[in-house]
Amino acid sequence: MSPTNLHLFVLVVPLLTALAVNLFGRSRRQLIAPLVLGSLSFSLLCAIVVMGRVLNHGTISYTVGNWRPPYGIELVVDPLSAMMMVLVSVVALLASFSALKSVEQELPGREAFFFTLYLILVAGLHGLIVTADAFNLYVLLEITSITTYGLVAMGRGRAVLSSFKYIIMGTIGACFYLLGVGYIYILTGTLNMADIARILPTLNAPVATTTAIAFVLVGLWIKMAFFPLHTWLPNAYSQAPTGAGTLVAPLMTKVTVYLMVRVILNVYTPALVFTHDWVTNGVMWAAAIAIVCGSALALGQKDLRRMLTYIIIAEVGYMVGGVFLANSNGLTGAILHIVNDSLMTLCLFLVVAAIIYRQGSVSLDSLQGIFRRMPITMAAFTLGAFAMIGVPPTCGFFSKWYLILGGIDGGHWEFVIALVVSSLINVILFFRIIELAYFGSLADGEHHEHGSTERHEAPWWMLKPLVITAVLLIVVGFSTGPLINNVISLIIPAGF
Amino acid sequence: MAAFVAEIVAKYNYWIYVVLMMIGFYAMIGKRNLVKKLLGMNIFQTAIILFFVSTGVKKGGSIPIVDKYQALAGGIDAANFDNPLPHVLMLTAIVVGVSVTGVALSVLIRIHKEFGTLEEDEILEKLSK
Repeated sequence: MSPTNLHLFVLVVPLLTALAVNLFGRSRRQLIAPLVLGSLSFSLLCAIVVMGRVLNHGTISYTVGNWRPPYGIELVVDPLSAMMMVLVSVVALLASFSALKSVEQELPGREAFFFTLYLILVAGLHGLIVTADAFNLYVLLEITSITTYGLVAMGRGRAVLSSFKYIIMGTIGACFYLLGVGYIYILTGTLNMADIARILPTLNAPVATTTAIAFVLVGLWIKMAFFPLHTWLPNAYSQAPTGAGTLVAPLMTKVTVYLMVRVILNVYTPALVFTHDWVTNGVMWAAAIAIVCGSALALGQKDLRRMLTYIIIAEVGYMVGGVFLANSNGLTGAILHIVNDSLMTLCLFLVVAAIIYRQGSVSLDSLQGIFRRMPITMAAFTLGAFAMIGVPPTCGFFSKWYLILGGIDGGHWEFVIALVVSSLINVILFFRIIELAYFGSLADGEHHEHGSTERHEAPWWMLKPLVITAVLLIVVGFSTGPLINNVISLIIPAGF
Repeated sequence: MAAFVAEIVAKYNYWIYVVLMMIGFYAMIGKRNLVKKLLGMNIFQTAIILFFVSTGVKKGGSIPIVDKYQALAGGIDAANFDNPLPHVLMLTAIVVGVSVTGVALSVLIRIHKEFGTLEEDEILEKLSK
């Protein structure tokens, strides 16, 4: 094992373990947990070592099969992708503890299949992060999507129908992306991202370039559920098995946002993307509407998990808006928010998983007085809620702060107002639940099947990752400064 | 009018892919039967595959198999050969398309087991009960 290709192990280890889980896990169930946890921990360890090396020695470029970059497939690990690799590994590892427990309960006998898909999905996400080839990116996008379709379809009842809708929408998104890549290939004759960025500005073919950019961006927007294209997300994420939701909800949309940042910065270069003011303004308005509508729709939900899926849609609006502000503060805020939002969403979905494990439902009615039954879980929930609202010193505050600063810099007041309104709606959303959970009385005449007040905390396997995530929310909040100086400021292009 | 026809004829491969794509798109959005939606998805993907393949063709180009001795002696002119790369890319895209179709078909089987029908209206009716 040569240390020069350590970053390759980050994605190869989960991929190979997926095969092992499928082969051996079917007959011997007790093997699944050590295989999954072992491979994901190893992957996390490698990711941290790679990140250290990238920060000290600069970007790593790796050519698969030793084919030289413009012809062969290149993998690039720069500070941003190193950070994303660590993030994905952390989230995947923490979510897997909880998933092991909830899958045992929800899908007895099918653990091997579930974790095969789970590990392939993690490998695909790592691949998306490091690839520097536009077509390779399409293939990896489909690997992550197909595994997600499978994971969603494992849920009960309506889940299969939601999965089918997701397949149709996801395929349209991927096809649009592929079409955009086709236009780029016709224009430049290359698929390597750095090569495209070098050739594209010299071509002077504005209409064809804009068409290609439009196709790629619309494709990615469908995949990340940007507001008017979001309809597949709430059903798919809220009906998936709990264990799948815990992994998919924090990562899929956020990694797609990362891809959009990558495509805009490293493939098309910002000069070619932000050429037309009416396009930028249109996207900013769409982002503002996404934020307000996502939050408003969340208000109407009667189920905690469904409410969170609408919050995800609002958060996607935050990040797309931050990128399209096209200034340094906005971009910093958007990238910071990718990290923060993954952790916040993970925290809240782990809470959902813990509650579902104990009482089978997270409808708002069933949350009455749950503070007395699950105090540690609900303490973590409160912390996650504070981060979502943006209360300092949790991490949610800092990214929102940068996004608002960026909005003021760029003069996009509709975006600033949307951010503030959404924070206020989040306050209502979460305090309503905290009030129900803390003060909700069980003796108001309504007989409740979960009416016991005795303490019945989630198992340790679900509590440990939850507590770690909740602590991470504050740790990341305090390390915002180093994160921006060492990672994010390095990739912000000159002239922003 | 003549200019318009000339425009269509000159770029007929693009027009074919756009028309095919719109047919697929209509089937995906407009049809109420889930199998028809899936077929629309396949037409949509095929349109893009055909588009890619058509871009590799050159006027007067031959199949891209190079005579080794001729190439070593005097080099070759790339303009005489069709570009094979889009075809190779589309092999991968076809594999992706087949896998998605496979997953979608197995999901359809599960939908049929769950609801007893593949008509979207009837499924929604059953769900609203």
